[in-house]
Amino acid sequence: MMETVTITMKNLPALYLEADNISPDVFAGKTAEQIAGLDVFEGNTTQTLGKYFEVTGKAGATAADTKIVVKGDVKKVKYLGFKMTAGEMLIEESADLYVGAWMKGGKITAKKNVAAFAGLAMKGGELNIEGDAGNYLGTAYRGDWRGMSGGKIHVKGNAGSDIGMYMKGGEIVIDGNIDVHPMTHAEGGRLVVKGNAKSKIGGQSLQGDIIIFGDIEVMMPGFKPVDTVELEIDGKKAKFSHFIGDMGERHKKKKGQVMYMNLYKKL
Amino acid sequence: MTKTITDVICPFCGTLCDDVEVIVSDDGKKLLEVNNACVIGTEKFLHSQAKDRVTRPRMHQEDGSWKEVSYDEAVEYTAQMLAKARKPLMYGWSSTNCEAQSVGNEIAELSRACCDNTAAVCHGTTLIALQDEGLPSCTLGEVKNRADRVIFWGCNPAHAHPRHMSRYSIFPRGFFTGKGQMSRKLIVVDPRTTDTAKMADIHLQVEQGRDYELLNALRVALRGEWLPDEVAGISAEKIREAADILKSGRFGIIFFGMGVTQSISKNHNIDEAIALTKDLNEHTKFSIMPMRGHYNVTGSGEVFAWQFGFPYAVDLTRGFARYNPGDTSSIDLLTRGEIDAMFTIGSDPGAHFPISAVKPIANLPSVCIDPHLTPTSGVSKLHVPVAFNGVETGGNCYRMDNVPIDCRKVVEPPEGMLTDEQFLTKVRDRLKELKGVA
Repeated sequence: MMETVTITMKNLPALYLEADNISPDVFAGKTAEQIAGLDVFEGNTTQTLGKYFEVTGKAGATAADTKIVVKGDVKKVKYLGFKMTAGEMLIEESADLYVGAWMKGGKITAKKNVAAFAGLAMKGGELNIEGDAGNYLGTAYRGDWRGMSGGKIHVKGNAGSDIGMYMKGGEIVIDGNIDVHPMTHAEGGRLVVKGNAKSKIGGQSLQGDIIIFGDIEVMMPGFKPVDTVELEIDGKKAKFSHFIGDMGERHKKKKGQVMYMNLYKKL
Repeated sequence: MTKTITDVICPFCGTLCDDVEVIVSDDGKKLLEVNNACVIGTEKFLHSQAKDRVTRPRMHQEDGSWKEVSYDEAVEYTAQMLAKARKPLMYGWSSTNCEAQSVGNEIAELSRACCDNTAAVCHGTTLIALQDEGLPSCTLGEVKNRADRVIFWGCNPAHAHPRHMSRYSIFPRGFFTGKGQMSRKLIVVDPRTTDTAKMADIHLQVEQGRDYELLNALRVALRGEWLPDEVAGISAEKIREAADILKSGRFGIIFFGMGVTQSISKNHNIDEAIALTKDLNEHTKFSIMPMRGHYNVTGSGEVFAWQFGFPYAVDLTRGFARYNPGDTSSIDLLTRGEIDAMFTIGSDPGAHFPISAVKPIANLPSVCIDPHLTPTSGVSKLHVPVAFNGVETGGNCYRMDNVPIDCRKVVEPPEGMLTDEQFLTKVRDRLKELKGVA
């Protein structure tokens, strides 16, 4: 049976909180009191979650049975939903860095904005952001060449730069506009942008799909126009001009066919 | 009588010229003349002789005036500040020697601080890119003796590294480059017609912020693929011509600077430039090298990487080293209000950081260790002047091509002044006492 834990910010931290314990996986099987005793980190000190948050309700027996509702000002709280594998999380206000980082399953809904590095190296699950997302959404961790490989990210607002870097699988849908460098180095996955994109789209990418409904300020020279295609997205059909790239890169062959990144720009 | 000291290392830029001559007074206390160094290097040496030099630590008073304090009081303030702070930032390191940097890292570990060097506003993006792509590089000696294709991308050595061109990259006659400038083809990529660009065989006047596209177009041209008629304001024909010139050399080198590391695309520009270098190695021998600024910023990266595993933006607050520029980098830490104490050494964030990152320094407990009066020393609570590294004390430094060179002491510091390393050692020992570590 699904149980709900509600945590409400009552004492704002002076610095920032690293709250990598706030996830259904860690909360599962714990009472409100036990949850309030979990570690959080403010700078180089270790504190308890209960010092900053009021905890009510209780967690389910497993992560899948646990829903966490995060209330209050969490603009200075990092790592919400860190490495979660199941269950649900609802974040009512804007959150800081690393929301749903290394997430493997379950569902996170952020009602407002999230800062950079959300859905970092995500493997599965669902991340819904109803406000704007920051830079580095669904990318690889620094120095890693394996980015997001599964799951779905949906942003109702705009997203920043460098989204889907080194992406290997899964889907990112942005209803608004995006900044530069989406899908750099991507080796798979799919990015749908309903609004406008700026430039450096799909640079150094090898495989995958990028679908842009709005304008593109400047195309990458490595993307070659090939044909016009009709695609069906969200049940609606539309015509797109089709480019392949990045032609500056060396591309793999699969079943005798050379694989490229496909860029579709709505006509 | 005077003494002439030869083969002195110049502690100004990453070129670390090693042929400077310094004339000092007979007692070794006064530096009189500097030969062979460039204008900036000469000033650096002579500035140590300034009459208005601050020679004792000073505390900023409430009314804005300064009060002279002893080195011991300065040590106490610094150690107390670091012991109390929950997230101190220790920034700078690029104008001091590796020995001092290493003691600094011990302090950082004891106080579980964030540590960063000037790469944060310089070649940090290069370091991100070389972690993603690798770095096919070489030494400056190889450039001098072999390079017949030289590219300067987003840098202007004529003004920033004045002797780089005469010692290594354009004019010198090397073993396989006997005709000097005549044996080299020079390509400069810069939106402005700089003094370096004026010397180029080909000046690619790229549209501002379109370096990534141009690098990509060069790679596409190397593969003989389709190109649009114009990329970044440069015709496809000219791009293909440039690609052919690069391919036809025997040994090529790409030097790049702030123009690509700190403009739009940042690390991606370097990432693409390294990929271009790799591609060119399918045709000939090619290398790439960042034009590092401070004379020992490279060394700081080396010492950080050796002791913590990452070259800059290291966060030790949780007791182990983490690195993610954007989260752990100085400007982000300062503008986001993540830190509660600021320690600056051998650099000037007050002059180089955006004002939104400088303002917090004035409101925090802060120490600035620097022989000069700088905007940073001006906003810090404590200013600790020290001996000039490379002039009044020696120590190890790394040239821009990662070659370690020992700097030399040529003159005595003013009486009673400590070096960076001596001051930091005292801070470390006091911090150990405060933390109860033997």
